[in-house]
Amino acid sequence: MTLPVSPVLIIIYSPEMGYVTRLHPDEYEGLKGRGQIDIELTERCNNNCVHCCINLPEYDARAAEREMDAGFVKEILRQAAEIGFLTVRFTGGEPTLRPDFAELYLFARRLGMQVILFTNARRITPELAGLLARYPPGRVVEVSVYGMSVETYDRITRCSGAFDEFRRGVDLLVSHKIPFIVKGPKLPFIKDEKAMFEAWATTIPAMDQLPVYSMNFEFRARRDSPEKNDCIARFRATPEESVAMLAKQPNYLEEMAQYCSKYIGPPGDALFNCGAGHSVCIDAYGHAQACLPLRHPDYCVDLRGTTLKMALEERIPAMLNARASSPEYLHRCAKCFLKGLCEQCPAKSWTEYGTLDTPVEYLCEVAHAQARHLGLIGNDEYGWEVTDWKVRVARFAEAHRKQDI
Amino acid sequence: MSVSLETIYVQSEDVVSRIIEDELIIVPLVSGIGESDDDLYTLNETGRAIWSRLDGAKSLNQIAEELLEEFETEAETVQKDLLGLVEELVNRKLVMVR
Repeated sequence: MTLPVSPVLIIIYSPEMGYVTRLHPDEYEGLKGRGQIDIELTERCNNNCVHCCINLPEYDARAAEREMDAGFVKEILRQAAEIGFLTVRFTGGEPTLRPDFAELYLFARRLGMQVILFTNARRITPELAGLLARYPPGRVVEVSVYGMSVETYDRITRCSGAFDEFRRGVDLLVSHKIPFIVKGPKLPFIKDEKAMFEAWATTIPAMDQLPVYSMNFEFRARRDSPEKNDCIARFRATPEESVAMLAKQPNYLEEMAQYCSKYIGPPGDALFNCGAGHSVCIDAYGHAQACLPLRHPDYCVDLRGTTLKMALEERIPAMLNARASSPEYLHRCAKCFLKGLCEQCPAKSWTEYGTLDTPVEYLCEVAHAQARHLGLIGNDEYGWEVTDWKVRVARFAEAHRKQDI
Repeated sequence: MSVSLETIYVQSEDVVSRIIEDELIIVPLVSGIGESDDDLYTLNETGRAIWSRLDGAKSLNQIAEELLEEFETEAETVQKDLLGLVEELVNRKLVMVR
C-alpha cells in the first residue's frame, strides 16, 4: 500500500502538542464517532427504591433467565466497537448484580472501549475495586446515593443493611483511587441530610460541581405496576419545587436565556424532536432502542434477529419518522413553544399512558411553571396559545444576556 | 528516556489502538499510562504510518528506510521525527523496547 506523499515533520509535530495529540473523551465524542452506547445489563436491583422506574427484585429468577447471556452481550460490544462506539455505559437495575459483570467489563475495556458504570456501589467488592483500579474505566463511575444515614438510606431503598454496604463500596472506590461522582434523588426523607451530602461530595476528588438531583421521577418503565406508579407520583417534585430547584443553579437566568433563544419553539407533529436515535440503547433482553426509556414494543429491535448496525442505521431511523395523531397532542404539544422546556416525549408518554403521543400532564405543568418563572407566559396562559413567542423569547434573552467579560 | 535508531520498539500490550471513522485512537487499558486514566491519544496519518510499524520486529532505522521509500522527505527529517515521536510514545508508555 502506498501512503499519500506528505512531509512528515510538518504533519506530525506541533510545538503545542508535540507529536502525539492527547484527547479528552468528551472532546473526542464532540468531534466525531458514535460516542456512547448504553447497555442495561439487568432490570433487577438489590435496592427497592420508592421512586424507581426500573427495579425488579434482585432474585427475580424469571427476569434473570430472560437476560442476555455473557456471550450475547460480548457480541453486542464487539459490534459496537466495530461501528465506532468509544464508550459503553453499563446500567440497570444494578449492573453489578450480574455474576459475569467483571468479565463483561474487562471484555469492553479490552476492545478499547471506555466504560461508564452506573451503580449504587453496594456490590463493589475488594476484587471489583481492584479490577477497576488495574483497568480504569476511563470515565468516572456514577454512584447513586440514597441518604447519609442508615435510617434514611434503608427507608428509601427499603433494604435493611443497604447503607452499610453502600459505604463499604464507596470506601473501596476511594481507597483504590477510582474516580467517581455522586448523585441522588430529591426526596423528602433526604431533605435534612442534603447539607451533609453536599459537604461530603466536595471531598470527592472527581466532583467538580454540586451533585445532580433527580426530582421528576419517571413512571415504571415497563408499565408493570400502577401501585408503584402511585408511589412514584407521591414523591415527584411539584412544579413549583422543580422551578425552585432549577432556579438555585448558578447563572440560571443567563443560561436559560441562552438556551431559550436557541432551543424553544413549537415542534409540530414530528414525535421525535430529541436526540433519540443518535446513539443506541440495549435493554436487558437484547433489544435495541432509540433511547433507554422508549420500551414501546413497536420501537424495540430484537438483536437476535439482526445486527446492531442494521438496527442503528436502518430500523431505528425508520421508526423515528413517526408523526403524532392524538388530537390532544396536535392541539397542545405540537403548537407549544415551550417544547424546549418540556420533557414530554414519546417514551414518557408511553410510560404514563401507554401511547406515544398523549400529553403528559405532570411534565406540562412543570414546563409551564418554569416558563412563568422566566416571564415567558402569564399566569393564565398556555404555551400553545402564544403567537408572539419569538418576541417574548428575544426580550427574555436580551434582558438576561450574558455580559461580555 | 533516550531513543535510538538501532532499537526495536513494540506497541504496549496495555493499550488498544482503534480506527474510528478513519482516525487512529489509542486507548490506554491500565492505569499509569499518560497523564490521567481517561486520556486518549491520536496520531495523524503519518504518525499512524509509524505506529503501525512499531511491531516489535523492525528497528527504527528499518522503519526510517521504509518511510523514506513512501514519503517525499529528507532522511534527516524522517529520523528526527521518528525519534521525536517514539520518544514521546515511550515516555507515555504507549510503546516499549522489545
